[in-house]
Amino acid sequence: MNIQETYTSLGLSDFEYDRILELMGRAPNYLELSLFSVMWSEHCGYKNSRPLLGRFPNKGPRVLQGPGENAGVVEVGDGWALVFKMESHNHPSAVEPFEGAATGVGGIIRDVLAMGARPVALLNSLRFGPLDDERNRYLFREVVRGIGHYGNAVGVPTVGGEVEFAEAYSGNPLVNAMCVGIIRSESLMRARAVGEGNLVILFGAKTGRDGIHGATFASDKLDEESEAKRPNVQVGDPFAEKMLIECSLKMLDEDLLVSLQDLGAAGITSSASEMAAKGEVGIEIDASLIPLREEGMKPWEIVISESQERMLAVVEPEKAGEVLKLAERYELEAAVVGRVAGHGDLRILEKGEIVGTVPAGHLADAPTYEREVVRPSYLSDIRPIDLDLTTLPPPKDYSAALLAMLAHPNLCSRRSVYTQYDHQVGSDTVVLPGADAAVMRIKGTSLGFAATADCRGRHCYLDPKGGAASSVAEAYRNLSCVGAEPVALTDCLNFGSPEKTDAYYQLVSCIEGLAGACEVLKTPVVSGNVSLYNETEGGAVYPTPTVGMVGVFEDVNRRATPAIKREGDALVLVGKFRPSLSGSEYLEIVHGQINDAPAAPDLDGEKAAADVVRQAIAAGVVDTAHDLSGGGLAVTLAEMMMAGGVGAEARLLPGGRQDVALFGEVGGCILVAVPEERLGELEEHLREVHHVRIGETGGERLKVSGIDVGIGELRGAYERDLFERHAPEGGQLG
Amino acid sequence: MRIGVTVFPGSNCDRDAMYGIERAGAVPVELWHADADLKGVDAVVVPGGFSYGDYLRPGAIARFAKVMAPLEEFANSGGPILGVCNGFQVLTEAHLLPGALLRNSNMRFICDRVAARVENVVTPWTSLFEPGYGLTLPVAHNEGNYFADERTLAELEDEGRVVLRYVENPNGSANDIAGICSEGGNVVGLMPHPERASDPLLGSGEGLRVFESVLRFAGARA
Repeated sequence: MNIQETYTSLGLSDFEYDRILELMGRAPNYLELSLFSVMWSEHCGYKNSRPLLGRFPNKGPRVLQGPGENAGVVEVGDGWALVFKMESHNHPSAVEPFEGAATGVGGIIRDVLAMGARPVALLNSLRFGPLDDERNRYLFREVVRGIGHYGNAVGVPTVGGEVEFAEAYSGNPLVNAMCVGIIRSESLMRARAVGEGNLVILFGAKTGRDGIHGATFASDKLDEESEAKRPNVQVGDPFAEKMLIECSLKMLDEDLLVSLQDLGAAGITSSASEMAAKGEVGIEIDASLIPLREEGMKPWEIVISESQERMLAVVEPEKAGEVLKLAERYELEAAVVGRVAGHGDLRILEKGEIVGTVPAGHLADAPTYEREVVRPSYLSDIRPIDLDLTTLPPPKDYSAALLAMLAHPNLCSRRSVYTQYDHQVGSDTVVLPGADAAVMRIKGTSLGFAATADCRGRHCYLDPKGGAASSVAEAYRNLSCVGAEPVALTDCLNFGSPEKTDAYYQLVSCIEGLAGACEVLKTPVVSGNVSLYNETEGGAVYPTPTVGMVGVFEDVNRRATPAIKREGDALVLVGKFRPSLSGSEYLEIVHGQINDAPAAPDLDGEKAAADVVRQAIAAGVVDTAHDLSGGGLAVTLAEMMMAGGVGAEARLLPGGRQDVALFGEVGGCILVAVPEERLGELEEHLREVHHVRIGETGGERLKVSGIDVGIGELRGAYERDLFERHAPEGGQLG
Repeated sequence: MRIGVTVFPGSNCDRDAMYGIERAGAVPVELWHADADLKGVDAVVVPGGFSYGDYLRPGAIARFAKVMAPLEEFANSGGPILGVCNGFQVLTEAHLLPGALLRNSNMRFICDRVAARVENVVTPWTSLFEPGYGLTLPVAHNEGNYFADERTLAELEDEGRVVLRYVENPNGSANDIAGICSEGGNVVGLMPHPERASDPLLGSGEGLRVFESVLRFAGARA
């Protein structure tokens, strides 16, 4: 292989190789080239997204740590802080869904752990192709199993998430995992190496050949050859991770570490060079000192291996003994593998001999690409829908239409998914999955937090900027519906190849939309991840900028859920109710059309409606709230009834088409239920926003406009098992 | 009263068990798997989780941990022991309780709240319940499907050693068994998690009565 073939096979372009020559002032050897290859991959180097990410607001009164560390950090109160981040594991999950999803969970837990926090909650955001395809069913089933396998064993509850199905994700599933940790803010760790002569200790699992060039694999599109890259997918061991969590927290508790970093994509290369670059020091790693799982590994393999469940720590020499002893107590491998040096290089040695040395700053400084932004032609083909009664006839039977929608995989109950995840371990889960957001308490205090993961992929496809903004608004609304004050978010940007104009336009526009919404809603972006090249021969995924947002409670006892709790409550719709069928679930499910972009969100209106509902919850006036989302008002009402086991009767405002009012979608609207005698108090909170009483709770049926259905019938449609129905005949899912 | 909580590598409900014990008014004591020492505790909880990663079989490796020898002695001398979930699996592997826990009949992990009935109220862990008392408890397991041969099942039934029975069987357990006890009644295994129902903020405080029962038992004995 000549040199050009070599660097091309490592995923580097001619331009990038020339830049390496320029930076190094000499030709790199194979090991050095491998270091550049993994660090300058899209996955690690953010080559296409970095110039755009600066657009995000990242400051706020509660922000303790913005982007640039392993995870973002926000203040809760009384010295408590939340550490959180979301990350993708799309490519590994596409070829090896069980391990791909499992190691995605493991990786995000270690990001939070590296900040010194105890991981206390997991969420995920999943996308698959339609379930009528066998491969999609396999991916869905195995991804869910993988998430459960890892999260359940590691003892961190999986408390929330979302899953959606659309053709655009066929063969290219999205697996985004989010972790939230809690910490006393004075105990926060940073991944900055300091102190020349300090020792570098690697602890956790042994290093093997798994995941070599995983970061490069994750930066390429998926094709027929991807299957051959299955060996590139790492294998997870949640048992080792559990020991790693307890051991790391014990080391931090005993103040044994100068800094801590997890090993993820690009393994020790990424961790060590980032620690060195941040601390403006050098790090020397002797590959021969690293505990190995297999024989004959070359130094370049050892330093870019993505073996899971490993952490890297900088330790003062006199504390190294203690660190190694603790690792032994937790039955983990540990070894002093290097030291902090003054030279500024990531230097790899083998038995004391230098086998490669590259300035850490160069590795952290991947070239960036700014491309021409060209509006995709498909956007011009999107036509406003025609509400003509002959081309888009209203349903003959509204009850049947509602039942069909509730049974659709995109709207039905997620119970068959979340019952496979332990969502209660840790004894902190206050609101179980199935509500608008997960609610957790912080033990020993009245404080709590809520978390949600949201993205409106189809909306982002039809209108990238508006869809991204409405994804942020949805997260803001979801947190407000449970009563939490939205604070900040992490994002996971899942897009197709940036080298293609459509995907690049979507990326640029979605970032614009996210940033604009974050500014208005005052929810800065404190951490994130970018996953590009999510495409197969069949095309790119929907632009999917997943938003993982956290909110805080001063008093977690003051909260709300969607479940109707009493008969005789007044149902009050808060926010401007201007439903539209554009890009709606109804249009797709009942009429088979994906067309017309929903209106861009009115962010000020969103904020006003969500804020007043949250204030009413905090005041103890409201304990029942649910936002209007996919499927519109009828689906919202049905969900509130099914959760509470109490019926409702509502009246719609006269005028317009009934199907638009029932199933049309609208942002910024929340339905609340309050006892008649507290209606006056609620009105006090709602003075500044649009609101209208639409009905009452009671009975055992949903009666609204043309709909008249019993709770039992609603449940029959809604509570379907997403796995069983598609199980192979006579087979069992395992 | 001091209640020990064994901690194996991979236990993950140990902190929850300690929380429940504290809320019931007792003092939790960590019993590290590698120490053959029960530290003079009055009762022991073997908590849930994935001891040793559930490799081989749930509980199969944990039974060889150093802490198990004194635990077996404690059991044989009538000491109150409660195994929850993986702890129940460990106790069957150690033959302190009969039978075995197989994979759930639907072959999936199940995390849910299930209705159950207390059928034996003379164990140290259930003495504060009324016979037949119905309660809802969290479950979270992959292998909760209780199995024993017919003779053992008949023995358990005849001797009233079924402590807890599901009202709606979630996992295929024989005779809807959710929990059993040893011949002496002092060793109890439960698949549902009483410690996860020890705080009304989290939905239920009913599980606390399990720990309060053992407190009363210890008080009566002392």
